[in-house]
Amino acid sequence: MPVEVRLPTMFRGDAAGQASVKANGGTIGEVLDDLVRQFPRLGGKIVTDDGTLHRFVNVYCNDEDVRYLDKLDTKLADDDIVTILPAVAGG
Amino acid sequence: MARLDSILDLIGDTPLVDVSRLSPNPRVRLLIKLEGQNPTGSVKDRIALAMVEAAERDGTLRPGQTILEPSSGNTGIGLALVCRVKGYGLKVVLPENVSVERRQLLEIFGAEVVLSPGAEGSNGAVRMAEKLAADTPEYAFLYQYGNPDNPGGHYRGTGPEIWRDCPEVTHFVAGLGTSGTLMGVGRYLKEQNPAVQVWAVEPPAGELVQGLRSLDEGYIPPVFRDWGGPELLDRKLIVRPRESIEWTRRLLDEAGIFGGLSSGAAMAGAARAAADADEGVGVTLAPDGGWKYLSTGAWTDPLDDVVERAPRIIYL
Repeated sequence: MPVEVRLPTMFRGDAAGQASVKANGGTIGEVLDDLVRQFPRLGGKIVTDDGTLHRFVNVYCNDEDVRYLDKLDTKLADDDIVTILPAVAGG
Repeated sequence: MARLDSILDLIGDTPLVDVSRLSPNPRVRLLIKLEGQNPTGSVKDRIALAMVEAAERDGTLRPGQTILEPSSGNTGIGLALVCRVKGYGLKVVLPENVSVERRQLLEIFGAEVVLSPGAEGSNGAVRMAEKLAADTPEYAFLYQYGNPDNPGGHYRGTGPEIWRDCPEVTHFVAGLGTSGTLMGVGRYLKEQNPAVQVWAVEPPAGELVQGLRSLDEGYIPPVFRDWGGPELLDRKLIVRPRESIEWTRRLLDEAGIFGGLSSGAAMAGAARAAADADEGVGVTLAPDGGWKYLSTGAWTDPLDDVVERAPRIIYL
């Protein structure tokens, strides 16, 4: 089932300028794979070649960072929203 | 302790106030630690003093030297107080889009302000300060994002205060900026009771900072890695501006607590933790008071207007 994936400004150019796209999958990893199938220029940018999230990317399922859930295996339901953001400083 | 030798002796030992009436779960009590009670009105007075005293001890800071620091405001203001009392100069690299009160306070306390591009957020201030520090080695560069006395100040102060005042704590929830509060308090509380859950809340900063062109410009504070952040945190949540402002208003309206906008974000996270738990006691932290945000209209303007303006102002 498709879920909504919200993209940060820096990735929109690789996704036909879209801020929000639909992608299929039952887990975060499957959805990110489908995202790269649709937009090959995102390949390697969110999930690196070794199969883990890029260190400067945070991926959220309904505003919860998936690194503190089940990482790429975090399960998704139909109405979930996946948000991808670059890691930036605060303070 | 009505008579003190120095204003700096007022830093720390802040009150913990019960705000359980704001808890969405009757089986979970909530308490909030009011860091606005520090002398310049924010939690950052603690790390300003801790970092300066450590640098004095190890000789990286010499009498009369000037300190350089990137800050979105509160650390700079805390350092400005410490520098004024101890006789150091201070240069703060500040993103141009922070609330006007932050800049005013820095200037009142005698700091020199160098503005960095607002579109680059705190990342831009960090980068500019790093370059200035490399080009001008006579500055003392304390660098809160990588200074062990940032989390160390919380490990030695804020954490023990919470444990002293609330040993029944089951959840600690705080904002994630430099990560100093979460790393220092989180490590201390887990050492006392490994079952304590540590939850981070963050603004959707990566959404608000529009000036980043690639992931190479991303940033994770070194203290987060150095203090084992990925293992220490149990959960990490985004709290968006609307929810932060709604909870900032609720703190005032329902508990009489006038906190800054990040206090509302922390309270929103604490409420989510309370809703998630069967029972327990959640402790959160109000990083500053509301005074520096009056110009944002957070309490006075229509909520939609404040939310619409929020992405253009760094307030955490």
